[in-house]
Amino acid sequence: MINNLGLEHYLVLSAILFAIGLYGALAKRNAIIILMCIELMLNAVNITLVAFSRYVTPELLTGQIFAIFVIVVAAAEVAVGVAIILAIYRGLESIDATKVDLMKW
Amino acid sequence: MGLAIAFWISAAVIIAAALGVVLLRNIFRAALSLILCFLMVAGIYITLSADFLAAVQILVYVGAISVLIILAIMMTREVQRGNLSNKLQLPAFIVAILFLAVLVLTATNTPWPIAGTAPVAPTTATIASRLFGEGGFILPVEIAAVLLLSAILGAIVLAREK
Repeated sequence: MINNLGLEHYLVLSAILFAIGLYGALAKRNAIIILMCIELMLNAVNITLVAFSRYVTPELLTGQIFAIFVIVVAAAEVAVGVAIILAIYRGLESIDATKVDLMKW
Repeated sequence: MGLAIAFWISAAVIIAAALGVVLLRNIFRAALSLILCFLMVAGIYITLSADFLAAVQILVYVGAISVLIILAIMMTREVQRGNLSNKLQLPAFIVAILFLAVLVLTATNTPWPIAGTAPVAPTTATIASRLFGEGGFILPVEIAAVLLLSAILGAIVLAREK
């Protein structure tokens, strides 16, 4: 159990990491912390993809290619997200996600 | 044996660092904890014999994304206010715990079709031929290039002073 690493170990690790990221993304006020928690969730998904690639299709590496695309999209998402946060900070002098309610009815 | 030790150390540090991101009072320390988490995820990739992906993880996440996040923290003067929670703390905790329980039960009770073969040793050549070769992923690669270009242009437009 301890010495024999299996697919389940990696899946449980990534599930814990995803749950921590989910809690932070739902419960935090600071927009940068929310962005960081989304990165945690993307990393958890990447661990799952690479673990399936290693244990289910070791020769094809399809999961690793999907993980590369997830990293590309995460980089684009962080660049746009940081730009949006800076634009919000210029307008509102705060990045508290509970105070950004211009589109709330 | 050595692989198992590396996995358990990496897993423990990943979970501790992720909890640090959520629980630390200082936002800057939370960002440093996030960088440690990214580094240890690269270690997990090495135990999965994904050497190219570990290098990409360190270059992109530890090198680029963490710099962007720290830059955002320095540009917005919110560090003094601390890492506050909103009113949804308890519902968010319940949702996260329920989601974790579902995921763990599914992961441990499903009979996954494990292939017994050994993994490819240096993965870079195989990944390159899968990405650019015949019948591979060349169209998603081109779309990713367009996506990155439009993200850069969008970030410049959003962050520019009017």
